[in-house]
Amino acid sequence: MNQPIRLTVNGELVTAAVAPRQHLADFLRETLGLTGTHIGCEHGVCGACSVRLDGAVVRGCLVYAVQADGARVDTIEGVSDSGEIADLQAAFATRNALQCGYCTPGMLLAAQELLLVNAAPDRETIRDRLSGNYCRCTGYHAIVDAVEATARARAEAKR
Amino acid sequence: MSEGLSPLDRPNSYIGRAVPRPNLARLLQGRGLYVSDMTLPRMVHVAFVRSPYAHARIAGIDAGAARTAPGVVAVVTGAELAEVCTPWVGVLTHMKGLKSAPQHAIAVDRACWVGEAVAAVVATTRAEAEDAAALVEVSYEELPVVADMEAALAPDAPAIHPDLGDNLAFERKLDAGDVEAAFASADAVAQAEFVFGRHTGVTLEARAMLADWNPGEQRLTVYQGTQAPHMMQNIIAKHLGLEETQVRVVCKDVGGSFGVKVHVYADEMATAALARMLRRPVKYVADRVESFLTDIHARDHRCKGRIAVNRQGDILAFEIDDLTAIGPYSMYPRTSAIEANQVVNLVGGPYKTPNYRARARVAFTNRNVMCQYRAVGHPIACSVTEGLVDLAAREIGMDPVEIRRRNLLPDDSYPAQSASGMKFEALSHHAALDKLVAMMNYPALRAEQTDLRAKGIYRGVGLASFIEVTNPSAAFYGVGGARISSQDGASVRLDAQGAVVCHASVTEQGQGTEAILAQVVASAVGATLDKVRIILGDTDHTPYGGGTWASRAAGIGGEAAWRAGVALRENILKVAGVMLQADPSALDITEGQVIDATGQARVGLDEIARVVYFRPDTLPADFQAELIATRHYAPKAYPFAFTNGVQASWLEVDIKTGFIRLLGHWVVEDCGRILNPQLVDEQIRGGVVQGLGAALFEKCEYDARAQMLNANMADYLVPMASETPDIQIGHIETPTADSMLGAKGAGEAGTAGAAAAVVNAVNDALSPFGVRLAEIPLTPELVLKALGVVL
Repeated sequence: MNQPIRLTVNGELVTAAVAPRQHLADFLRETLGLTGTHIGCEHGVCGACSVRLDGAVVRGCLVYAVQADGARVDTIEGVSDSGEIADLQAAFATRNALQCGYCTPGMLLAAQELLLVNAAPDRETIRDRLSGNYCRCTGYHAIVDAVEATARARAEAKR
Repeated sequence: MSEGLSPLDRPNSYIGRAVPRPNLARLLQGRGLYVSDMTLPRMVHVAFVRSPYAHARIAGIDAGAARTAPGVVAVVTGAELAEVCTPWVGVLTHMKGLKSAPQHAIAVDRACWVGEAVAAVVATTRAEAEDAAALVEVSYEELPVVADMEAALAPDAPAIHPDLGDNLAFERKLDAGDVEAAFASADAVAQAEFVFGRHTGVTLEARAMLADWNPGEQRLTVYQGTQAPHMMQNIIAKHLGLEETQVRVVCKDVGGSFGVKVHVYADEMATAALARMLRRPVKYVADRVESFLTDIHARDHRCKGRIAVNRQGDILAFEIDDLTAIGPYSMYPRTSAIEANQVVNLVGGPYKTPNYRARARVAFTNRNVMCQYRAVGHPIACSVTEGLVDLAAREIGMDPVEIRRRNLLPDDSYPAQSASGMKFEALSHHAALDKLVAMMNYPALRAEQTDLRAKGIYRGVGLASFIEVTNPSAAFYGVGGARISSQDGASVRLDAQGAVVCHASVTEQGQGTEAILAQVVASAVGATLDKVRIILGDTDHTPYGGGTWASRAAGIGGEAAWRAGVALRENILKVAGVMLQADPSALDITEGQVIDATGQARVGLDEIARVVYFRPDTLPADFQAELIATRHYAPKAYPFAFTNGVQASWLEVDIKTGFIRLLGHWVVEDCGRILNPQLVDEQIRGGVVQGLGAALFEKCEYDARAQMLNANMADYLVPMASETPDIQIGHIETPTADSMLGAKGAGEAGTAGAAAAVVNAVNDALSPFGVRLAEIPLTPELVLKALGVVL
C-alpha cells in the first residue's frame, strides 16, 4: 500500500505516493529521475548514494522515502545548480580528483559538509571525514588535494 | 617523427600538458549517463535465481508461484534460454593444453559455484523481479565440492567436469639457462612460499546491461559498461545466432572497471538473450552481493620461490612453482590461464639473471570464476621476485638498494631480453631507482628508522622494481584465435564551424581517454582544445578496435588519433593551398588558424569549412576537398611495449596490535612519452591504492564448502581515505620508437608493485625479530602470529 509523501527536493515541492519499502535513493532516481545520486552497495557502506536530508548528509540507501516526508532533500543536481559547491567542483576538475565519477556526487557532498563545519581542515582531518566514501579510482590523494585547495581558497576569499 | 612535426616542438602542442578532461563537468554535477541510470519504453528488469550451493545438480525448478506473482513477465530456466543462446568454452589456441568446459548463460543441469544463475525472473520493476525470484523453488542435489586449489589437484579429487578428466586446466613449464649449476655454485640460497589472497575489483557501479531487441529492425542494441564494445558485439552476435551488423553495443559512462568489465559474463549474455526472447528492452544491474559472487575474482596464487646469489651480490638464478585456481570455468573469451602465464613471463624480469626455471599450474575449483584484473599477473611476479631479492640481500648482508643496482638490467643494454624471453625495447631501471632513492631521501629514512627502533618504534622501507606489459600486439589474444582487436582506429573530421570531431574505438572508464585523444587530435590538427569533441563507445559509429584494457588506450588509440589528425591537417592545408594560391607545404595550422611561413594567420578553420561545405563552387572544378581522415594503428615491432619503474613504501608496524600504518609511498615510472602528466600520475596513484588493498585488506574468504563468507562491503575491506598515504610520483621518459607519439601505457604500473613494496617494508620493519612474512593481505593477525604474540 503506497504512502503519500510531501517533501522539498532541491527547492521544489514534490508530492508522491511511495511504497513503504522504497529507499530514498531509489525514490530520487526512479521516481524523480535524479540519477546523480548513485547506488553503490545498498547497505550503507560506500557513500555513493549520499544526499542531504534537512541539511545533514545521509546514506540515501539507509533512509526510506517515507522517512523524508516533510523534509528538505538536496541532491548533487541541486547543489550544482545553486552554485553552492561550484568552487569545490572546479577544484576537483583542476586536480582531476575524479576518474569514473561514480563516487563523486557523494564525495562532493561529504567534503562540503566538512568544509561547512571546519574551514581549515588538515589533510588527516580531510582523510578521516571522507573515509566513509569509497573511491576505487583515484587513490584519494587528488581528492584530499582538491578539498584542501578549496578550504584555502574560501579562507582567502573571506579575508 | 615525420616532417619535423614533433609533438613536443609544435608551438600549439597540448602533448605533455595537464589539460583538464572534457567530460568532467557532467560527472561533477551527477549528470553522467551510466547504464544503471538508463530507462527505455517498455523496459523490464531481470533478477536471477542463484545457486546457494557450490556444486549441485539441478533436479527440478518449480516456477509456478513466481509466474503468477505481481508484475512478472517471464520466468526462464537454463534449458529454455539455451534455445536462444549457445554455450561457450574459454580456451585460446596459444595457451597450449588449456582446457575448459562449455558454460551456459544460465546453468542447465548443474550449478558449479555459489552465485551461478539457475533461472531468470523478468518483471516490470526490479523489486517485483526480486520478489518473484524468491518464489522460484529449485530442487538441488548436492555434489562433491572442490573447495581448495591443492585439493583440486589431489590424485583422488573428483573432477568438476568429468569429461575433462581432472581439475588441471593449464600447466606451463619454462627452463632457461642452467638453473641447477647456478644453485650449486651459489653462496646463499633463499626461499619462501608466497601466498596471495583472492580478491576482486569492487567497481563502485556494479556490472549493468540494458539490452533492447527491436523486432522491426531485427537488431539488438546493448547498452553496457564495457571496456571492449567490438569484442562484445562479436560475442553477443555469435552466441545469439546474429550477424555482427545486427548487434550494436553502446558504452556511455562506466562506473569503474579495472578489468572487471572486459569479460563475458553469463548473466549479461542471459540479459541479451532475454531481450531477444521477449522482444523488448531488458535491464540487469547486479546488486552488491551479486558483484562479490559473480564479478571475476583475481590472484589467489600460492607460489614457491627460490633465489641463488653469490657473496658479491650477483643474483644467479630464480626458480618458482606457482599454483592458482580459477573457479569452475576458464572465462570467455580471454581465458583464465593468462594470469599464471604472465607470472611465468614476468618473474625475474627486471634483472639480468639468465637462469630461470618456472612451473605454473591452474586448477578448477567450485569457487567463483577468476580472470584478468588490473595488472594481470604483475603483482604476483613482482612480489615473488622482489621478495626473493630482499631475502637474498638479507642472507648476504647487503642493502636492498645495492643488490638492485648490482642486478637490474643496465640502462645501456637495450634492446634486451629476459630469461623468459620477454623483449625489451628500452627500459630505465637504474635511472628510475636513482630518482626514487633521491625523492624519498633513503639515507634519511634509514637514519630515522635506526633512531626510532631504539625507542621501540618499528618502521620499515620496502622497494619493488617492476616491469609492465603495455600496448599489447596480437600476441596477447589474436594469435590464439580470439576476435579481440589489437588494432584501433580514429576518424577525425572538420565540422562546418571549424571544430574537430573525433570518433575513436578506444573507450573511457575514467582514465582520461577523452582528454588524451582531445590533446592528441588538437595538437595534430592545429586546433584549439575547446574545439575538439571526442566520441567513443558505439559500434555503429566508431572505427573498429579493441577498446581500453592492458594499458593500451593512450599508446595505441592515441597513436591512431595522432595519425588521423596529421592526415586531416594535410587535407585542410590542401584546401588552404587552393584558397590562398600557396604551396600547402609552406603552410601550417596553429590555434585554429592556417599560418604561412612567417607565422602570419591567413585563414581560419571555420572559413575553410564554410567554403568546402557551402561554397564548393568557388573551388577549382578538379579539386575535391576531404575534411575527414581515418587512420589505424597496431603495434608491430614488439609483442608488448614494456615499461618499467620502481616503488617504495615507508610504514610503521605496531608490534602490540599488528596494525600497519602506511606513512609514505613513492613511485618512479617510465611510460615513454607522457601525453598528460596529471593523468599519468593519477593512474599510478589509483593503481597503487588498489595494490595497497591487496597488500593489507582485500580477500574473498571462502569456507570448506566453497561458500563466500564476506560478500558485502562491510566485511570485504577496501582502502579508504584514512588508511591511504599521500603518494609521490616521479618520471623517466623513454619513448617507444614503434609509434610516432612514443607513448606506452601507465594504467597498471601502480598495482604491479605496490604490494611487493609494502611486504618488503613490513619485513624490513620487523627485521630485528627475524620475521619473514610472504602472505597477503598482511592482516594484523598474520603480523602477530609471525611475532609469536598469538598462535
